[in-house]
Amino acid sequence: MLFVGVFFLVACNNDAEEVPVDPGLVEGTGRMLIKFDNIAGDQDLVLDNKSYTNSSDEDLTISKFNYFVSNFRLIREDGKIYTIPQDSSYFRIVEADPKSQTIALNRLPKGNYTGIEYIIGVDSLRSVSGIEKRGGALDPSGDMAGDGMYWAWTSGYIFVKLEGVSSKSGSSNGKFYYHIGFYGGFENKDKTINNIKNIKLDFAGDKAVVRGDSVPEVRLTADVLKVFNGPNPVSIAKNPSIMFDFTLSSGVANNYKSMFGFGEIKQNSLAK
Amino acid sequence: MDRGFRDVFKKVSLLPAILILLLQVSISCSSGSGGNTEEPVPDPEPTVPTPLQWKKPAHFPDPVYDLSKNSLTVEGVMLGKFLFYDGILSRTNVIGCGTCHQQSSAFTHHGHELSHGVDDQLGVRNAPSVQNMAWNKSFFWDGNVHALDSVPLNPILNKVEMDETMDNILVKLRATPNTTSKVAVDYPKMFKAAYGTTEINSERVRKALSQFMVTMVSASSKYDYYVLGDQAALTTEEKAGMAIFKQKCSSCHAGELFTDFSYRNNGLPPIKINDQGRYSITKNEADRYKFKVPGLRNVGLTAPYMHDGRFVTLEQVLNHYTDNMQSSVTLDDIFKLPTGKAGISLTAAEKQNIILFLRTLSDDQFIRSAELADPGVGNAF
Repeated sequence: MLFVGVFFLVACNNDAEEVPVDPGLVEGTGRMLIKFDNIAGDQDLVLDNKSYTNSSDEDLTISKFNYFVSNFRLIREDGKIYTIPQDSSYFRIVEADPKSQTIALNRLPKGNYTGIEYIIGVDSLRSVSGIEKRGGALDPSGDMAGDGMYWAWTSGYIFVKLEGVSSKSGSSNGKFYYHIGFYGGFENKDKTINNIKNIKLDFAGDKAVVRGDSVPEVRLTADVLKVFNGPNPVSIAKNPSIMFDFTLSSGVANNYKSMFGFGEIKQNSLAK
Repeated sequence: MDRGFRDVFKKVSLLPAILILLLQVSISCSSGSGGNTEEPVPDPEPTVPTPLQWKKPAHFPDPVYDLSKNSLTVEGVMLGKFLFYDGILSRTNVIGCGTCHQQSSAFTHHGHELSHGVDDQLGVRNAPSVQNMAWNKSFFWDGNVHALDSVPLNPILNKVEMDETMDNILVKLRATPNTTSKVAVDYPKMFKAAYGTTEINSERVRKALSQFMVTMVSASSKYDYYVLGDQAALTTEEKAGMAIFKQKCSSCHAGELFTDFSYRNNGLPPIKINDQGRYSITKNEADRYKFKVPGLRNVGLTAPYMHDGRFVTLEQVLNHYTDNMQSSVTLDDIFKLPTGKAGISLTAAEKQNIILFLRTLSDDQFIRSAELADPGVGNAF
């Protein structure tokens, strides 16, 4: 039954786009590691035990900070772009799980890379794909069920999940819950906002050298406080919970689209 | 052996109805945004509703719910299922029962410590599992409702859950099919199929919801296979866990429903709101901080735990009982150890085995049953 249903949904998805294959670059044998380093302001993020302040002057601790990144593209020195095959391009970064924070982009053409593009979230096509296309990081069971990064039925994946405690929260347990998703919905009658955000970072003049024997590690930072602070400041006192409200949700997404930054590159990172 | 309890349902007409619904979905997308070419959901010829045979699992006690006053029918259960999953029951039309009671987590809200309703508002307690409702004498963490037929009114009227009135729900249901909704369900036709006429009233809405909830029976776990005679259904560790469980936990989590349906103070330190539990209903001093003993079926799927969802894992739950209970005037006597401390004494190995046993209560058939799944009306998140 489920398969039949999903088939119909995919069949009528207007937003589905074929991922363009860049004729310039073909798969190679190189690798690159990307380390997602979650920070709070200019310090390393510490879960639970460290207090921070947002731009609404509210104290807070963070207990959970998870997000999806996907659809990676790498920009080479010569301007050519390599698109990671989509099946290998979905990652769930979990602050409580250090292993999740370093991802490997494999089978890269060799060269010097000067920038990276990806999206925060899961694209609409994959969000409505059959479950055979949604294994690994996207499987809504197993580990991910533990993190609850999935909404049943229309809403798809939770792109960014941020939870914590604040003395300013009016909730019964003093916590706040920000679960941000929405990929646009799968048909006209079911339109949602689209909170998929494109990220483009250049390596600040540096180059990640991908050769057979050299696997660079690029450190990117994600500043959790930017989820609160931005064009739409989040007040924990006013909104201890943001999940389904389109206006609030898109406000948060427009904040966190600026949370990523380039750190540095460690060339030949696997060398002893 | 009679393994699949739900298999005894006469469900002949369910599948075609679901297929019709899916067909409707495909029609509505191919017609684009115009929406005026849509066919209403085809309705079977008006007939007398088809009786649905409901059979109690062999090892369960007799149900509390009086089925003679609300005989199950195929059409009534189907109507109840549509209502259960339809956000039309909420003021914002996007929060359904199925929002906080999701099948994959045994009809709880996985990952949500507190219930979550209209306009992103937070409730004060954890959404309990909707399962084996027919055996309950009272409902909710504080037992403030005594009849299954009245259960839906609580979340409907709650300002931070569905924030709707029954009167307005009736108005909205009578106005269907609504061509602007995702799936244009024709409720007058469905009420006619279930009750013989198109009249939509509160009793019919609530009885249909009860009919569906009565079919939400979980009795096909590994544990059930074991109880019904399959000695190999449980491993040695799981059986050891069951033995310890029976010794240390079953005074409250008793019987095949794994609850004695009582209200007890289990020594949880109050959090910010200082929830008084059953006291706020009875105003009886002896009821302070008492909450319902929840049934433990599917407990491996229903995290987070306790009335406020404070524990994420079963390990944390058992650690609470062994190490972290807080004494107070109304603490249940059963937790008072000879040493003068409060708690249950369990070794680490015993706790591990208990958890292995508790996971045998997970009912895969229950959480995957198409008969209990969203029929496609799911405009709820």
